Amino acid sequence: MKDIKVLGSGCAKCNNTADLIAETAGELGVEVQVHKETGPEALVHYSVMSTPAVVVDDQVVHTGSVPDREQIEEWLQ
Amino acid sequence: MLEVFAYLATLVVYDALGLAPDTPLGEAAHFFVESTAKIFALLLVLIYVIALARASLNVERVRAFLAGRNRIFGYFLGSTFGAVTPFCSCSSVPVFIGFTSARIPVGVTTAFLITSPMINEVAVVLLWGLLGWELTLIYIAVGFVVGMAGGAFLDAIRAERYLQPFLAKAYAQGSAAAAGGAEARRLSLRERHTFAAQEVQEIFRRVWKWVLIGVGLGAALYGFVPEGWIEQNLGDGAWWQVPAAVVVAIPLYTNITGVVPVMESLILQGLPIGTTLAFCMSTVAASFPEFVLLKQVMQWRLLAILFGVLLVAFTLAGWILNAVEPLLFAPS
Repeated sequence: MKDIKVLGSGCAKCNNTADLIAETAGELGVEVQVHKETGPEALVHYSVMSTPAVVVDDQVVHTGSVPDREQIEEWLQ
Repeated sequence: MLEVFAYLATLVVYDALGLAPDTPLGEAAHFFVESTAKIFALLLVLIYVIALARASLNVERVRAFLAGRNRIFGYFLGSTFGAVTPFCSCSSVPVFIGFTSARIPVGVTTAFLITSPMINEVAVVLLWGLLGWELTLIYIAVGFVVGMAGGAFLDAIRAERYLQPFLAKAYAQGSAAAAGGAEARRLSLRERHTFAAQEVQEIFRRVWKWVLIGVGLGAALYGFVPEGWIEQNLGDGAWWQVPAAVVVAIPLYTNITGVVPVMESLILQGLPIGTTLAFCMSTVAASFPEFVLLKQVMQWRLLAILFGVLLVAFTLAGWILNAVEPLLFAPS
């Protein structure tokens, strides 16, 4: 099971990102765990400066915007 | 070229709606239609053009550029990057963390944070369109000076002591590799167009309501506050008016796009320039919601100091401008 974190302090875009990932995973039938990390410490830990950022299995894969559906599908493969 | 909007407003308000030109409602409606049309048109065209040029600049590259610079030059660069990058207060925390953990001094980061919401292409375009180039230059100069002086002061008192502990540690260690993500990729024209189109949509979605609120307030001031009232009561520029305006304005939040029409209206009504600028810049530069966000990275003490620094800086700027106003704008 993939462990996905969405970093960002609860802005609308961060919530959209988390929802979109969960929704896409549901459609593809992939089992994932999506967390929202709203604390500032996570940003230091992953050296991220633009939110929302997406971390898949401890790897930062995306920063600064709501990702496209295709990108999400790629991460879920 | 911009007269076309006054003409359009006359057409809509006086001819089509049949409002009389000399009534408060007629004047307010005319101001509203003219300013809204002008602002939306300017925004559409200019955001697109500027975004085309700016497509490859992002905070990661700014950070790489600022890291390890000489301090004095750093304040200037911090403010400059603040001015040329678009910025919404919701990203202030990640930016603050990113800069600080790359060992960029707190003062340089603060210069960036203060200047960024005050000066950007949208602000400059609107000021120029509505208030003329002289005031635009003054506005830019004040924004830079306040950002740089505020930053320098915070470094002078070693403000990094008052960061939240996790961040103070990250600053001491310089944990982020400042070079990361700094590659300057060449973008094709097509990619630039995509970026610019997205920017227009996004900025528009964010600011349209501020434009309406700002222009609405400006129009109400323009049409309904009796002519000469502001000038008679607040036009003397008594010393206490500037700090009072700043104290009221700092916790308030508006977007710069909403403030410019209010500024236009206040100046037309005879409020001294220093008082107007101090009031308007304070609403834009800092706000209660932003302080709540910054609490995540700063201790109360640093927030209070920052508030104090902004208060003093905008007050001084207001006083100085009020004092020199007669020299700048010789009565015609």
